[in-house]
Amino acid sequence: MRLIKTIGEWFDLRLQLAQPIRDVAEHPVPRNTASWLYVFGSAALTVFCLQVVTGVLLALVYVPSAAEAWSSLQALNYQVTLGWFIRALHGWGSNFMVAIVLVHMVQVFLFGAYKFPRELTWIIGVFLLLMTLGMAFTGQVLRFDQDAYWGLGIGASIASRVPVLGPAVVKLMLGGPIIAGATLSRFFALHVFVIPGLLIGFVALHLLMVVKLGINEWPMPGRVVRRATYLGEYHALTRRDGAPFVPYAIWKDIIFAACVLVAVAGCALVFGPFGPTGEPDPTIIQTVPKPDYFFLWLYALLSLLPPALETPALLIGPVIAIAALVLLPFLSGEGEKSWRRRPIAVLTVMLIAVTLGTFTRLAQYAPWSPQMSAWSGEPVPQQFLHGATALERQGALVFQAKQCRNCHSLDEKGGQRGPTLDSVAVRLTQDQLIRQVIQGGGNMPAYGKNLSPAETTALVAFLQTLHPAGQAPARDASRDIVLGEPGPPNATATR
Amino acid sequence: MSNENMMTRRGLFAKIGILLNGVVAAALAVPIGRFLLSSVTRGRADGYLSWVSLGPVSQFPEGETRLATFRNPYVMPTDGKTADTACWVRRVDADQFQVFAVNCAHLGCPVRWFPQSGLFMCPCHGGAYYRDGSRASGPPERGLFEYPYKVTNGAVVIQAGELPTPGSTAAADKRQPPCA
Repeated sequence: MRLIKTIGEWFDLRLQLAQPIRDVAEHPVPRNTASWLYVFGSAALTVFCLQVVTGVLLALVYVPSAAEAWSSLQALNYQVTLGWFIRALHGWGSNFMVAIVLVHMVQVFLFGAYKFPRELTWIIGVFLLLMTLGMAFTGQVLRFDQDAYWGLGIGASIASRVPVLGPAVVKLMLGGPIIAGATLSRFFALHVFVIPGLLIGFVALHLLMVVKLGINEWPMPGRVVRRATYLGEYHALTRRDGAPFVPYAIWKDIIFAACVLVAVAGCALVFGPFGPTGEPDPTIIQTVPKPDYFFLWLYALLSLLPPALETPALLIGPVIAIAALVLLPFLSGEGEKSWRRRPIAVLTVMLIAVTLGTFTRLAQYAPWSPQMSAWSGEPVPQQFLHGATALERQGALVFQAKQCRNCHSLDEKGGQRGPTLDSVAVRLTQDQLIRQVIQGGGNMPAYGKNLSPAETTALVAFLQTLHPAGQAPARDASRDIVLGEPGPPNATATR
Repeated sequence: MSNENMMTRRGLFAKIGILLNGVVAAALAVPIGRFLLSSVTRGRADGYLSWVSLGPVSQFPEGETRLATFRNPYVMPTDGKTADTACWVRRVDADQFQVFAVNCAHLGCPVRWFPQSGLFMCPCHGGAYYRDGSRASGPPERGLFEYPYKVTNGAVVIQAGELPTPGSTAAADKRQPPCA
């Protein structure tokens, strides 16, 4: 023991760090902040450290070359001992990091921690969120598979919409005219050097301010923040009801951090690494690219926005969102901190959470995309062909062969791009069906040029059989009079 | 240091040193900036576009649309397969062609051709196009991107080299979607 003490003293005489570390460790924090709700910041830092370590380990094998990246990932998955596990740790770590950063942000927002004097801590936190998302996106690119390749294409298409500068921004982003070797190299530089470097610097500032300004006290309804008096009140609080951070509060951080690491490792062990999916060969076009989990909401949004709104929303939306987050502490730097007295804050969080959750859920089954193989893979269900005439059966064949099924479902099988046709005959008359098939409209392509008159007749004959047993198909009553055609028996009586 | 306002000899040297560093930094910023922007400026100077062959005309039967591939004319040693590019070639009649980029005009996903229904369909956000490349439905605001082509020595040759994106001038044909 004496030897350890001697060595310690030898170092401290030169480093002189013992006293500052002791000061930080023992700085008084309000007792009620030693709470399980105050552990998310340190948990995010823990996962970030895990990402640094596993990232360095992956870099021992990974090759940032468009020609070899994909095969080096295969080597990691199948050849290198436990390479799959390190990849899985890094992949799941990234998911956990985004999630924990978001939870941390919601917690400090609801606890009013962004108010005076912690405005800058919040603003740097906003940048840390953006960098975390930047790491998630660039990391997805380094997993250089088909999703990464076409994801870059989507990124380039969005960037190209910037007025005037669009084409230059695309070439700057891609490092050349196409998505290729230079693109992967620059995303590697961003993911491994640029963004982590900034992250480490900003995390250090973020932590420094937490220590210097003190942790946000547990908000009490009615205890209002005023610039003139807050600092004095906070110091009085820590003097009156404070406790040293170590060990009074830190034990919860440590235990939660361990739980998070166990959860990451558990997910990595059970679910394994993410991909890579198919080889990033642009001539393989049989692919359905999808972004990673945390960008699924964006994927949904891009499908559901009206086309004319898309470019403005893509270019202006992020600017407004980031500006709102950065300006928040200046717009409400004083006042109530407690969520019990801030109903709009609570509603805002709930609205955003429900919106993002709904979009994410929708994106998981993408009802807006045609199902490319439904026409050849999902036969017309039997019940729709019972007692059908030859013409109607021919119509069912046309229905399949012309890929109608890719967008229209029957008996819940097939695409959901267009309406389900189980009972289309109830909604549309024969004339309306013909018009819709030939001219399209309402987001349906026109099939006039791709259907012969005989095919159209057969197809419409089949569509007219699609109505529930007890429900008559729609008909145009005026036809009975104009053309003298007989209507249903009960209708003829009134003529 | 008795008088704070007086310029000392060392203070002057420090200021000259800072100035000198500023000059060096400005001088170095020029090559660094040119290096960083090289992918943009090269496109301006001699351009990325060149004429590439898709193979003999006989590969493309009249009235049909076929997938063709070509190697991008601008290649880096690390590109690997990513410099291979696909496109849809539609032979309208004996000597009239249309060559479409596979990239959807919405956000660039690869569109697939369905000859039975005469439609190109996109797997990402549900864009669809007619056989002549014009917009049929979905989020795209325009038709498919078309490469300029010519027939030279019995081969279909297209002008390519850049990723077609909604904002790029290289891919901008003047096609307007027909009234749907």
